[in-house]
This record gives sequence, structure tokens and C-alpha cells, in this order.
Amino acid sequence: MTEKVEILRQGDDSYLTTRVDTVINWGRKYSFFLYPFVTACCGMEFMSVAGPRYDLDRFGAALPRFSPRQADLLMVVGTISHRNAPILKKVYDQMAEPKWVMAFGACTCSGGPYNNYATVQGIDTIIPVDIYVPGCPPRPEAVLDGLIKLQAKVQGSPGWNKPRHQETSDLDLPIIEKPLA
Amino acid sequence: METLLEKVQAVLGDAVVDSHAYVGDATVLVERERILEVLRTLRDHEELRFNFLMDLTAVDYLGREPRFEVVYHLAAIDVELRGTEPCRLRHRLRVKVPVPEDPCEVDSVVELWPAANWMEREAWDLYGVRFKGHPDLRRILLYEQFDGHPLRKDYPKEKRQPLMGPRN
Amino acid sequence: MVEPAKKIPSDQGQEAIPTERQILNMGPSHPATHGTVKFLVEFDGETIVGMDVAVGYLHRGFEKECESGTYYQAIPYTDRLNYASAILANLGYCMTVEKLLELELPRRCQWARVMAGELSRIGDHLTRIGAACLEVAAMTPFLYAVEAREIDWDLQEMLCGARLTSNYIRIGGLLWDVRPGFEDRCAEAMERIRELMVDFDKVIAANRIFVDRFRNTGVLPKERCIAYGITGPLLRAAGIPYDLRKSQPYLVYDEIDFDVPIGLVGDNYDRFLVVEEEIEQSIRIVLQCLDVLRKTRGEPVNVADPHIRWPGKDRVFSRMEELIQQFKGVTEGIKVPAGEAYAAIESANGELGFYIVSDGSGKPYKVRCRPPSFINTQPLGEMVKGDLLADIIPTFDMINMIGGECDR
Repeated sequence: MTEKVEILRQGDDSYLTTRVDTVINWGRKYSFFLYPFVTACCGMEFMSVAGPRYDLDRFGAALPRFSPRQADLLMVVGTISHRNAPILKKVYDQMAEPKWVMAFGACTCSGGPYNNYATVQGIDTIIPVDIYVPGCPPRPEAVLDGLIKLQAKVQGSPGWNKPRHQETSDLDLPIIEKPLA
Repeated sequence: METLLEKVQAVLGDAVVDSHAYVGDATVLVERERILEVLRTLRDHEELRFNFLMDLTAVDYLGREPRFEVVYHLAAIDVELRGTEPCRLRHRLRVKVPVPEDPCEVDSVVELWPAANWMEREAWDLYGVRFKGHPDLRRILLYEQFDGHPLRKDYPKEKRQPLMGPRN
Repeated sequence: MVEPAKKIPSDQGQEAIPTERQILNMGPSHPATHGTVKFLVEFDGETIVGMDVAVGYLHRGFEKECESGTYYQAIPYTDRLNYASAILANLGYCMTVEKLLELELPRRCQWARVMAGELSRIGDHLTRIGAACLEVAAMTPFLYAVEAREIDWDLQEMLCGARLTSNYIRIGGLLWDVRPGFEDRCAEAMERIRELMVDFDKVIAANRIFVDRFRNTGVLPKERCIAYGITGPLLRAAGIPYDLRKSQPYLVYDEIDFDVPIGLVGDNYDRFLVVEEEIEQSIRIVLQCLDVLRKTRGEPVNVADPHIRWPGKDRVFSRMEELIQQFKGVTEGIKVPAGEAYAAIESANGELGFYIVSDGSGKPYKVRCRPPSFINTQPLGEMVKGDLLADIIPTFDMINMIGGECDR
């Protein structure tokens, strides 16, 4: 142990000082493990973003985890119908803290072109959202821009060991067994 | 040479209520009680051989009596199958059945074409037309908790029945 | 002392193991289902004995949306039916409305439509076979296919400004004519896609693991295909050369030279090869269209009737009458005579038909889409019966169930 300290002391450039928050957030923002909740058209663009030309790997986010337990970025890609809403909520609840949510595409932001009996008008009525990427579907450049903005948000978030989505409990919506007609 | 419509009328006889060929689509209107028999004849008759059920849907003519219409799109495709005589025909026919609001039901054709299974479930789901004799008539596109049939003209477009989250 | 267990001959060993029926729930959010679909599978050991497919998780009210808008406003919704080949869905819808209107289209428009549709088909097929490789863990060919698709989408973007949801075909014409210089760029891109497809084919088509996974899985013989109303590459893979482009030629397909590939037994491998060959045939069609488009540059692409295809912005902003025509067209929509029509095209998945009922007003009374994905997904349970769990995934991929079209 003493030897190691000695080595560090030999040169002035060999160590740096930082805050725990900063270094942990730095680590987190370059190693998103994403869970793609792909339902619709935007999934085609998601394939492009992950493909060779746009290459999500450059941002350290190229490893889709298909278990919500292992993921920390939930990408909601495509229209969420009312039939799908409880499933999305369950996936979100299964993810461990810290977790972030990206609303990918106009349908997830606001319902997009669909405003009828079947569709949810924006996933923020069901789960909290960190970043909205509009577009029908968004171009890959827009997705990458959204990801960079999310990285900035992660870097700036205080309290690395506090659960982030405290507001979830406010949104803890019960599943209605039989809705009123 | 007689047209397809004349041939169909000659084969089906008095089961055909009405027929027309608007923009080239041969169409026959058939009595509700005899639909299964009519479609079986259309499928098996050697000069018609409608081997494909291309589409099955319903239309809601609100305010008209009878209110609904179930629409079958049949096609004959030239195929050669082992053990049967090759089919050399290539034509299409639309068969329509008027269905009243009560009882809103019509015979299922799953026994003729398995393809009808999901299409009939969909017509039941979205229009509420009941298919008598269907093996498994459940909702297919919507969820069991959904009340009503959204493609009926009297169902408001934005009336939501969410399973969770805010209501409208 | 315990007696050593008797050695069971290996060929009898399998029968000696008692198995129990069990039910497994795959989905609705499963990595391999691209989209949300739920399989309720019943197993005996690892052999599938029964399966219930639950679709409808992406039902978003296509018909209700179409009925509430004008004929024009329905076109963007058709984009989002089969989002992998949006132009083909546009084409099917517009052709049905044109059938009701009894329109005769300009020649250049027809050639441009064929070309745009085939570009779209190439994109769809590339998605299908690329994802098929990904399903059996072959990442490299997937990247080849995605790169080829990017090239294809660049062309679609040059046509209409959007990569995916193109909204290019209009009732009575096109959004606009193809841009100058498109023909040369497109011809180059087709060559590039061909090169990529050669590489793709070398990497995967004879790969032992791939062939073993795809051969003799998901078989549906042609008798059952007909009973289930299956069309498209699945039907052709079963050995029936039925292609609407040949059997009921629409647009100018009867003047184009192309072949219809067919398979022998109707397993996944046949489907894969048929789709791969169809990409090549589509490239052939596109190249023939480009020759015609080069020769006919300057000819109109829209019908002359201003009530159907209203004048462009350049004239609307400078002339009174055109301004009124545009205003009336946009606010009231096209008046389609009362009646009903069904028209079908050969989409990437099979027969994509539209059944439209008009009541004579500016809004469609009913727009029904005959969704090939929906009808092709139905016999999935029968296809995989007797196969293993792992065979569901390639079979499901080769069906190419596209959520938007299946659930509408």
C-alpha cells in the first residue's frame, strides 16, 4: 500500500481530485444500459441509430439489455396504446435506481398523430420522462442529440446515492380492473 | 361469354338479393340466413372455385335498416394442388350480407376457411357483429375490459377507457 | 452397496425421460418480437404442442382516424401501417380512391410510382432478412442489411424529404416529380445495394448454423397457405407463383421485365431465399423505371383536374383562381362519388388491399385495410407446431409481422 502511494507521489500529473458525484455521474452517462421498449414505427429508426452509420456505441449506449432489471435507460420507442400502458408501467417499475426515461417519437411525447379511443396521449401520463425526442419518427441525429442532452442532465444531477424518481410514488397509479363505461 | 356476375347468379339462384358491378367490382348481396350455404357453393362449385377468402369486414350504416353489413372478399387463384384438380380460374367477387342490429349475428365461415378466424374476431371486436359457430370469439385488438365497439358510428372517437392513468 | 445404474441405450434414453406439459408466456415485451405481441406456448419437453398468439398491442384506431378526416388526411396514417414500406401503403390507398374516382393517371406518374414502390419494397425486405440474421445471433449480416437500407432510405429521402414515413403518393399523382439528378444517383445506389447483397449472401446464406436453424422449420404447405389466405413471399415460398404484379398487373407492371421467385417446401429457408431474390428483382424493376423516367422528364406527373390535385404553391401565391381551388381542396377535401371499391397491390408482405366506402361527402365513410401481416401471423401456431422453442423466433421474423399493419 505504501509503495502505491509513493508511486502516485512521484509525478504531479498522476492523480486528480474530484467530487464523488461528478465521477460517478461521469461514469453513468457514458455507460447507459438501455432497455428498448419498441412498439411501433420508431423502432425502425432505433435500428438505424444502433446500426453502422449512426452508431450509438460512440456514446457508450449500444448495449441493449432486454431485462429491465439490468437496464438504466428506458427508451420508449413508439405509440403506447391503452392496452400496452400497464405493461410499460410494469417494465418501468422493475428497473432499478438510478433510471432514466427517454420518450422517443411524437407518439410517446404527446400522442402524436393519434388522438382516439386506443392511444395514450403521451407516456408522461403514466411514467416520469427525462427527455423528449419529438419527430414522427425522429431522425437518428435527433435521437443522438437527445442522448447528449440526457448525458448533460445525468452529469448535472446531484446526490448520486439518492433515488432519482421520487416523484414516481405520486404517479403510482393503480391498475383499474374494470373501467367505468 | 357470360360475365362472372351472371354465372354467380345462375349458380346461386334466389339466394342473391341484389347485384352490381360498380367500378368493375362484381358484388352480390345475399340473404343473411343462407350465407354459409352460399359461400360453400362459391368455394366448391367447379366453375367458380373461390379458394381464397381475402378479406372479411363489417360496415356500420347507422340510420339504415338493416344497420350492418358484413362484407366478404373472395378470390380465385390458379393453383395446382396434389390430389385435386388444378384451378385455372382467376377472378374476384364481393359478397355482402345485411345484418340487423338485433340480433346482430351471422353464421361463422371458419369451417370453410380457417383464415376467417381472426377476421371474424376483429369484426366482433370493432363492430360487435356476433359470428354464430365461431370456435373462439374473443376480442383480438382491444382488451377484455373495453366496453362497446369502437368502430360503430355512434361510438365517439375520443372516448377512452384507460386501464390506468388519467381518464380523458 | 448401491448397484450401479443400468446403462440405457442412447436411442431409448430420450423416451425414458418423462416429460410434462408446461405453458410458457413469451412477451408482450420480448426482445425478439420487435413490437409487442404475446405468445402463449404449450410445450411437451421443448417441443411446441400448441400456441396462442395475442396481437393487438399496437391497435391505434387507424380506421376511426381515417373516417374522421378528409381523403387526403388519411394518407399519413397509411404511412404508419407498414412503416417498413410506407410508400406501398400510400399507393394501395391512393389507388383505391382513384378507382372510385375512375381516374386515368399520366404515364410518367405510373412509372415513378412503380419505382418509388419498389424502393420501398427493397427497404422492407432488407429489414426482414437483416433482422432474421439478428434473431439467430448473426450480427455482421444484420449490419450489412442496415447499411443497404440506409442507402435505400437516402433515396427515399431524396424523393420526398422523409426517411421512413414518406407520404409521397397523392390521390391523382405524386407529392412532386422526382428531383433532377435522382436517376443517376439512384442507379449508383442500386449498384451499391447489389454489392452489399452479394457480401450479405456470402456471409450468411450458406452458413451451416444459419441453414440448420432455418431449414425445415416453420413449414406451412401450400394447401394450408391457401386455407389461411396467406399471400406474398410466404405463399411464393410454399411454391405458388402468385404475385399481383404478374397476375393482375396494375400501373405499368405488365411492361416491366421481372421474375417471380418461388420456393419448394415453404420453410423458413425458402422464405429467406425468396425474399433475397425479390430484392434483386426489385432492383431490376427500379433500373427499368429509371430509363423511362430519364426519357420522359418534363411530362406531367399529376392529373390535370384541379379539384383532385390542386395547383402547386408557386401558382397559389400569385393567382386568384388557383388560390381558391387550393383553399377549397384543403378545407373540403375531394368529393368522391358514393359507392364502394376494393383495390389491392402486392406489398412487401402480400396482398395489401383497401376497401373504401364513400357516401359522396369529403370524408371516407369507411376505410378498411386488408392487412397482410395480420392474416399471415394467424397460422404462426400451426407453423411452429412440433418445432422447438428457438424456432418460434426465426419463423416469426420471416412472417414479418409489422405491428402497425397487423394491429392498425
